[in-house]
Amino acid sequence: MSFDPIKTLTSRTLVLAQENIDTDQIIPARFLTTTSKEGLGKSVFYDWRYDEDGRPRNSSVFNGVDSDTHQILVAGSNFGCGSSREHAPWALAGFGFRAVISSDIADIFKSNALKNGLLPIEVDDETHKALLASPGTEVTIDLETNTVAFSESRAASFVMEPFARRCLLDGVDPLGHLINQLPAIEAFERAR
Amino acid sequence: MTISVPPPKSLFDKLWERHVVVDETPDSPAVLYIDLHLVHEVTSPQAFSVLNARGVKVRRPDLTIATLDHSTPTLPANANGELPYATAEAKHQVETLIENCSAHGIELLGLDDPRRGIVHVIGPELGLTQPGKTIVCGDSHTSTHGAFGALAFGIGTTEVGHVLATQCVLQRKPKSMRVTFNGALPRGVGAKDMALAMIAQIGADGGQGYAIEFAGEAVRNLSMEGRMTLCNMSIEAGARSGMVAPDETTFTWLNGRDHVPQGLAWNEALAEWSELRTELGAHFDKEATIDATSIRPMITYGVSPDAAAGVDALAPAPQTDAEHHAADYMKFAANRPFSEAAVNRVFIGSCTNSRLSDLREAADVMRGRKVSKGVVALVVPGSEAVKRAAEAEKLDEVFLAAGAQWREPGCSMCIAMNGDSGAPGELVVSTSNRNFIGRQGKGVRTVLASPATAAASAIEGRIADPRPYLLPIKESA
Repeated sequence: MSFDPIKTLTSRTLVLAQENIDTDQIIPARFLTTTSKEGLGKSVFYDWRYDEDGRPRNSSVFNGVDSDTHQILVAGSNFGCGSSREHAPWALAGFGFRAVISSDIADIFKSNALKNGLLPIEVDDETHKALLASPGTEVTIDLETNTVAFSESRAASFVMEPFARRCLLDGVDPLGHLINQLPAIEAFERAR
Repeated sequence: MTISVPPPKSLFDKLWERHVVVDETPDSPAVLYIDLHLVHEVTSPQAFSVLNARGVKVRRPDLTIATLDHSTPTLPANANGELPYATAEAKHQVETLIENCSAHGIELLGLDDPRRGIVHVIGPELGLTQPGKTIVCGDSHTSTHGAFGALAFGIGTTEVGHVLATQCVLQRKPKSMRVTFNGALPRGVGAKDMALAMIAQIGADGGQGYAIEFAGEAVRNLSMEGRMTLCNMSIEAGARSGMVAPDETTFTWLNGRDHVPQGLAWNEALAEWSELRTELGAHFDKEATIDATSIRPMITYGVSPDAAAGVDALAPAPQTDAEHHAADYMKFAANRPFSEAAVNRVFIGSCTNSRLSDLREAADVMRGRKVSKGVVALVVPGSEAVKRAAEAEKLDEVFLAAGAQWREPGCSMCIAMNGDSGAPGELVVSTSNRNFIGRQGKGVRTVLASPATAAASAIEGRIADPRPYLLPIKESA
């Protein structure tokens, strides 16, 4: 694993309220010819951030946002739909994001994010609405208690797949876990 | 005394159970065995890097097969034999897969191989895709292979590494969903229209977290190519896998292909495959029913595949913020017929619609006609085998005579990372699977449609209903 165990994360949010933000928006396909995981952060949401001549768009919510202080992306529902490209979480994490909060996160993206220390957090609709309505708010994600807290008194719980949670909290390596299962895998193959 | 009767099982239950190596527990997902791992150049290099860094070998190269499709040019090599790669990086990516396959003993259907093609076209074509198998690939359209009664789903690059190293993935069993298409399709309506009608009905996240089984009369009546198109689009409804129970159509299609069992083994396979169907009363977590008789030729008008309507409908007036955002990008005039929209480019190809039957469908519309002036039409066969078969039927001549381009096999304008793309602002009618903003090039407005609708739109230079082209010419009495 290339990331440290995570217990809590406190940071400000950047809000992209659109629904169905697909992985082609997160990292356009022309950046997929790389053979590395590194260096994709500068291209995250490229066409949202830069115009056709490569100049920063005036309208981009990324303008003036410090990726050190805004590590939590709050997005509309069905975030990460479309292609299975793991380049999407690589690009988000490379930019500095450490969590994505939405009401509904696409399956393959969620699975890919978890493997790269990017927390995919699904919250209830009411919490989601409140977070969408308050960009820049400070949020604390606590993996030990499975809660999201913000705006003094607001808190909500979330569900995270227990194995993925353990990988994040304790630094369990999923490939190592699978390799430990090799005797069972070999037995399965022999029995077929 | 009570007799316990095991509950009836779905096709998906059976496929899942047969591949569980270690059961899932509250703490851990199941270890699921993978029978076939398909690899391509875009989502594999970082997985091989992890294996190489850890000194891990590919465990079952015999269950792994690789090809080149996403980054490869669809224009032929120049006089010096050099392929016109979009960038040096794209070429390097192709070379990296060649090196990785060589180092790990994986069979690569490479640039000079007559079996090369889009990964989801060649798996079935070679008979590697079979009923009852678990199939993965670092590509979300792996759901295509479910057409054969396989459990097939896309995975990320980290999981590609897991499968290379152990032949397994860690997965929790998804929920199950059945989509039933009742009745028969009207003439001139096909699998692509069914897929778009379904996504319009259940939404782009309507299948999120589910494995879909497609059922009903209209599904049973589909050819294997049609079933592949339908299963291919499962992911556009959010479902990682879609499947159709195998039947005579499946068995007839597979019989005699490379990699399919022959002789006595064929009979044994048939007996086993025939059991792969959902039992009466099996439980599904979600059901959807679609009236196949009312499906029309469909197009998309927005920037998510669920924004789909009949080609003969009026463009809806946007209501929500998301719809306004999409309408600003797509620029269809509200409450006006789609047929008023001028088309700049047409793409016939992709893992959704690049098989021989798709090309025949497009050729039937284009035969003896001309692509409208100013429209660029690209026809990109799904594989070398499709290309040869189409040329044997002289479909290439039909397309070329119409003024369309006939290219080398690959993903091409579906993902637009090989240099094939539209220009900003262009309206492209495409037989591919995603109408996302910028998917086919910066600022390109994509309309998804069937091969017949795309071909008719190329001829008319505007979004066109394919049905007039399919009707027999009426003779005056």
